Amino acid sequence: MANDTIEIKVCLGTSGNAAGGEEVLRMFRHYIFEKGIEARIGKRCSPSKVGCRGFCSKDVLVDVIANDSRTTYQSVTPIMVERIVEEHVLGGAPIAEWTVKDEYASFNAKQRKVVLGPCGEIDPDNIDDYLAMRGYRAAKKAMTTMTPDGVVDEVIRSGLRGRGGSGFRTGEKWKACRSVPSDTKYVVCNIGEVNRPLAEGNPQAIIEGLLIGGYAVGASKGYLYIRERYHLSVERLRNALVQARERGFIGRDLFGSGFDFDIEFSFGTEAFICGEETALMESIEGRRAMPRVRPPFPAYRGLWGKPTVINNAETFSNIPLIIGMGSAWFAAIGTEHSKGTKIFTLSGKVRNNGLVEIPMGMPFRDIVYGIGGGIEGDKALKAIQVGGPSGGIIPTSMLDLGLDYENLARVGSIVGSGGMVVFDEDDCIVSVAKFYIEFLQRESCGKCVPCRIGTKRMLELLTKITGGTGTEEDLKTLERLSGVMASTSLCGLGRTAPNPFLTSFNHFKDEYLAHIREKKCPAGVCTALITFSVIADKCKACGLCRRACPANAITGAPKVVHAIDAAKCVKCGACYRACKFKAIKKQ
Amino acid sequence: MEDKVLTKILNEHKRTGGNLIMLLQRIQETFGHIAPENVDWFAERLDIPASRFFGVITFYPKFRTKPVGKNTLTVCCGAACHIKGADKILDKARETLNLTGDEDTTPDLKFTLEKATCIGACNIAPVVIMNKQVHSGMDPVKVTKLITGYEREEFLGYI
Repeated sequence: MANDTIEIKVCLGTSGNAAGGEEVLRMFRHYIFEKGIEARIGKRCSPSKVGCRGFCSKDVLVDVIANDSRTTYQSVTPIMVERIVEEHVLGGAPIAEWTVKDEYASFNAKQRKVVLGPCGEIDPDNIDDYLAMRGYRAAKKAMTTMTPDGVVDEVIRSGLRGRGGSGFRTGEKWKACRSVPSDTKYVVCNIGEVNRPLAEGNPQAIIEGLLIGGYAVGASKGYLYIRERYHLSVERLRNALVQARERGFIGRDLFGSGFDFDIEFSFGTEAFICGEETALMESIEGRRAMPRVRPPFPAYRGLWGKPTVINNAETFSNIPLIIGMGSAWFAAIGTEHSKGTKIFTLSGKVRNNGLVEIPMGMPFRDIVYGIGGGIEGDKALKAIQVGGPSGGIIPTSMLDLGLDYENLARVGSIVGSGGMVVFDEDDCIVSVAKFYIEFLQRESCGKCVPCRIGTKRMLELLTKITGGTGTEEDLKTLERLSGVMASTSLCGLGRTAPNPFLTSFNHFKDEYLAHIREKKCPAGVCTALITFSVIADKCKACGLCRRACPANAITGAPKVVHAIDAAKCVKCGACYRACKFKAIKKQ
Repeated sequence: MEDKVLTKILNEHKRTGGNLIMLLQRIQETFGHIAPENVDWFAERLDIPASRFFGVITFYPKFRTKPVGKNTLTVCCGAACHIKGADKILDKARETLNLTGDEDTTPDLKFTLEKATCIGACNIAPVVIMNKQVHSGMDPVKVTKLITGYEREEFLGYI
């Protein structure tokens, strides 16, 4: 960084935005421009917005880069801005008490930010920032020095696999589409919920990837398929598209290669099934998003019957890197059969919730305890759910398992599109499984019988178990049902729908049996199976629980030990949370 | 008056050659909901059976046939939000807005309460969205403050 500029980078992804980043940036601009700071220090000073840096629990993050050193401030609010400008920008002395703590370093240390790298560095609304980071060099290289077949081969050699769910080899998919003779072909980029940070932080990379994809398979039209509700992503992509068009990266005769390419939006509306590629095509064509029978695969007969390649935004974001840096560079990251990195939203009961990018093959232990900083409140880790709703539940005993496609498939899970939820000892595994099945039941499109009726029956049986009326026979039915659904459903949603049950049942059989045989919920979550009572020895008769109880089920007076009337208790747990002396027993 | 707006949407739709979903999105954007009589109006002029419209409307949870409130509060109920208490936030919001049964909009049309499956902001869970603004790290108390702030039309923060 040049010594005569001071850069201020304000994190403004969805999370930074929610934490008030917009206002923080405005305050920086206010102080710097209106008070003539630049003139006073004789340096250029540019406050700008950047995409998500991932450490979202401490947003708003602000980087101040001055004199070649970078200082990161955490939890910045608008009122803190004046002091940062006065003391740091003007005075040259960073404010130590507001900077990030050690956890920020450990959060970043084990990550390998390849795709997310530019997200915290460049202004997503300014194409010049992207160009300064070698943007569109890969597209130019592909179109001026490589044949379409050469591009496809390069992608095959890189070993890149789809980041959307099934993990199909991207290069093979492209090759199939390339081989089909057709005057019209399409490339589609699916921007799902987990891809939002990419669309918000580095939208040009998605566009460049799509462009290269179009060139490789011989398509002249690309679609950005995105849910209209993701306002910020849509806004930034739209802006990026306008700028790319202005600079001639989209349009006719690109880079003098004679290749024409145009990109259009297709706005979907929220439905989980739209992540399935044939359902997504139905949605683009304006119908109910119900999957088609495959084969024919979209690469042969896709959108409007034409050969179509569908990949998600993370897959496309990898493409400029592979072409630009070479497949050998890419293939050096990751494991033997799973190359590159994977982005996850680490969430749930870990200390550092955030957006992380890891090299394939990293053990779960490093993710949860290294990057995640351990479990909130030093509780015990119970399980990790990876791969979204239809992924599987990984127990503590598998903490040393490396995260890649093969390993996850072996334990009945999927890499999926990038959700990772961590559960602690207070979470009941049966109700977690029930939650996921409930979600999948709601999102099942209803086209095929195994999924439509199977998810419904599974939900009923799991509801029975959490309600205390389940039998061991029900578990057998659940297992049988799971087998039928996995082998006969039409699409991936139905085939993977039993995963949350199967994996949790495999690893937490005791907990299921406790619900059935002993009518107990060991984690104390299933309301039908728990009772609240007062431990007389510990009760200080303070009345906190009595006031918190919405059902007036607690009796007692000052200096009189309280008691809970089980008949009136609605088991909301308000007393349990209100008590400061741990005098309420939940069992 | 309404006919004029509908005609405008129709012409725009014909010009851009968009699909049924995009047309429905435009209708909902304009009126806040898709009134059944408007569906009939378009069905007739586009020569598409109304059943196809309703097929699409009922498939996607986002489309609604009843009027929408001035403000829309969306509670995310994805997995990450769920284990951090999204249901308690939803209950509290319903209670604050005095919604009963399967009502999702207040009678004065000030608020509509929605559930979202997952909005992909899992790392700042639990979240709600008021109109277009995402609010992170929510709890039942904060959601009440958010609602009352918008009731007075001057939400200044969780004071």
